[in-house]
Amino acid sequence: MRQIYESPVLRELLRPLGQIAVFVTTTGAIFSLAMLLLGLLLRGSAADQLLQQQNNLNIFAFTLTNLPQVLVDGITLGFVYAAIALGYTMVYGVLEFINFAHSEIFAIGAFVGVEILIALEGAGQLSNIPIWLAYVFLILAVLAGMAAAGGMAMLVEATAYRPLRNAPRLVPLISAIGVSFFLQDAIRFTESITTGQFHRIIPTFGNFDQRVSLVKLPLAGVVTDINIQIKSIVVIVAAVLMLVGLNYLVNATKVGKAIRAVAQDQPTASLMGINVNLIISLTFLVGGSLGGAAGVLYALKFTRIDPFVGFFPGIKAFTAAVLGGIGNLTGALLGGIVLGMLESFAGAYLSAFTMGAAGAEYKDIIAFAILILVLIFRPSGLLGEQVGQKA
Amino acid sequence: MFAKLQPTLDLLVKRLNQGKMPYIVSIAGLLLTTLWVYLSPRSLPAFLVFLAMAGLIYYFKIEPKVKLVIGLVVAFIVIPIIGARNIFYLEVLFQISVFAALALGLNIVVGFTGLLNLGYVAFYAVGAYLWAFFGSQQIFLLHEIPGTAPPGTPFLLPGDMFYLFILLGIIVAAVTGLLLGLPVLRVRGDYLAIVTLGFGEVIRQLANNLDKPLNFTNGPQGITPVQRPTLPAELINVVNRILTPIVGQPVSEGQFYNILFYIIALLVAVLVIVVTLRLDDSKIGRAWTAIREDEVAAVAMGIPAVKMKLAAFAVGASFAGAMGVLMAASRTFVSPESFNFMQSIGVLSMVILGGIGSIPGVVLGAAVVVVLNLQVLQGLSLYLAQLRQSDAVIPIINFAWKDLSNQLDPAKYQRLLFGLILILMMIYRPAGLIPAERRKRELKEAGENNGNGDNGENNDAEVAHE
Repeated sequence: MRQIYESPVLRELLRPLGQIAVFVTTTGAIFSLAMLLLGLLLRGSAADQLLQQQNNLNIFAFTLTNLPQVLVDGITLGFVYAAIALGYTMVYGVLEFINFAHSEIFAIGAFVGVEILIALEGAGQLSNIPIWLAYVFLILAVLAGMAAAGGMAMLVEATAYRPLRNAPRLVPLISAIGVSFFLQDAIRFTESITTGQFHRIIPTFGNFDQRVSLVKLPLAGVVTDINIQIKSIVVIVAAVLMLVGLNYLVNATKVGKAIRAVAQDQPTASLMGINVNLIISLTFLVGGSLGGAAGVLYALKFTRIDPFVGFFPGIKAFTAAVLGGIGNLTGALLGGIVLGMLESFAGAYLSAFTMGAAGAEYKDIIAFAILILVLIFRPSGLLGEQVGQKA
Repeated sequence: MFAKLQPTLDLLVKRLNQGKMPYIVSIAGLLLTTLWVYLSPRSLPAFLVFLAMAGLIYYFKIEPKVKLVIGLVVAFIVIPIIGARNIFYLEVLFQISVFAALALGLNIVVGFTGLLNLGYVAFYAVGAYLWAFFGSQQIFLLHEIPGTAPPGTPFLLPGDMFYLFILLGIIVAAVTGLLLGLPVLRVRGDYLAIVTLGFGEVIRQLANNLDKPLNFTNGPQGITPVQRPTLPAELINVVNRILTPIVGQPVSEGQFYNILFYIIALLVAVLVIVVTLRLDDSKIGRAWTAIREDEVAAVAMGIPAVKMKLAAFAVGASFAGAMGVLMAASRTFVSPESFNFMQSIGVLSMVILGGIGSIPGVVLGAAVVVVLNLQVLQGLSLYLAQLRQSDAVIPIINFAWKDLSNQLDPAKYQRLLFGLILILMMIYRPAGLIPAERRKRELKEAGENNGNGDNGENNDAEVAHE
């Protein structure tokens, strides 16, 4: 089967695209079917009657008409989680260490990107600009966020993790938690000193807030317009590019081979002439810059950021990485998509199905519950190999 | 320079610790510092020196009985008096006691047994919400919208049930610890840390969201008023007759509550210290240490690892449960925000700062962190506020203080403090300020075995997998 692709380069570029397509469609299909089934089963229940009174829709029609939009949102969210999860999973793959500070690396990326855009707006560069220029500015912001986050990740590794590399496993984890807290307040301090406030809102520019109508479907007798925000498309495209690029880097280049070698066996890799420290630094650089890019994309999608913005996306991305099998790049992708879908579905349907008793606010609990359940019952995740537990 | 200083210092300590010297030094020191605090009730250095002096007695060679008497006098006579003159001191000591007990509870899990628990504050929340629910009007508000208590809603229980609920808090939190421990202890190491973190967040989110369908927790608004135990008016009058001339002003009911809660917290904290000390020396304590050092070997030696870990979780949780009940009553208010992840890390940083597994260390860690938090950071905030109002200018860069952003409030930078403590301690002094006796011995042995060869540059290729 693998023989079909002649060149390894092409193979490594095409394979993740195929995986993305498969994951998105299968998770989407499974979730949709489950929801539709639930909608069918709940017909005639109290929840159904409540909906009929309020919206004049039966529960099945309600499920069906909302479904496409929920899917689109879920996929967008899933790609954001996947992009952050890549950073966790890369570091874990190489050092078997949970980089707790990754969520703040993500926040730094978001802040640098947003501050650049705010500065551009302040200089009057963002109003009435051609579309292409808006994209150039956005790319610029993303690149700056990547550079800052990647650099910070390397710095953190060199100062707070490297001295502890040979210590018992919990020691670097505690240090990483310390770094995470320290960076949160460091961001807050810098923002307070320089801008006087630490809640920042990304400026509106370009056509990112517009909605593109994908298709008009007659669902359950109602013609529903399924649309997607342009910024969601931007997020998805950027995340796919990052995933494919990272996959290429790790699986098809010499540096990637070195990373995999260090992940497998540090002493032996070192004997083979690989500079282990350099490779570990590089891993943090790559993971951190992906996190930084994800931060800017997150800011674009959700508009408002603060120094603690990283915590929940970070812990959810970690959940995604664990769900897919930590240390496994494909797993991070799958985990991210599953978690994004789950969250989007919970947000859309939980309230209606439970008659308002539990609503979208339970989506965090659901994410944590998944994290706990996966860690307890299948710590290797959906795609991971069974790894021996090291205490 | 330090090399020369060390022998002189050692000699000084030795001199101070011989014969009658420690008695004279400690009593004179205490009297002087007490006088200082009494005369300048707003002085931060005075209070800190007084605290340090009281703490130092622990290290003096004094007969245990005399130590006990000094301790009792300081705790129950001196501190209430100076506390009545400046109520803030009581708050500091109350928080030190509460957090010392919390840190000791976490220390049993993290320090003795070696299980990193990042959701410890959940047990604290369980205790707090237990009394907040039964000690308020909440049970009659189950069908009300949060924040709309009809006037005249009765309280379910009298306030004096609070004492019973300290006991109940211990039991309920211990059971919660067992329930959490049963599934969670299958995972080890860093995964356990993340699972417990998740559990802690789940508890907080539940407290946040359980205002519907039935209004159990009032949601983000929190439950208030929570009842306090009653203080009979006659008692206040009698004590006030004695206290007023000493304090210099009549002591109000609010101040009496502060003294009362300080004393309860202190008693519970002392009880916790005694329990922890006894546990550390017991068979259970040694089993915990064995599990921490090498679980496989411990199991091979016949230690029931799962049972022992569950015991550690339950005991650790029970301390937090008791303190939760106490906190709910003293604040008359609980809200989910008091139990966020930062609180768990705050308690962890106390344990790490003082010394993992070291009982005096953990108490010291709690004291230092609380003082830094309540006095130093808030003191900085006040100082900055004064600077903002003045016309002062930073000399070289010509920056006027009054242009400084109002958002910059050092009192809110606890995360920075906790983060720095964790990073710096892990890198430079992983055993803490006062290392545990056992750990000290290990370090000494390791140093003797390796000579000084281990202090050189670590070969990075050399990976020490545990």
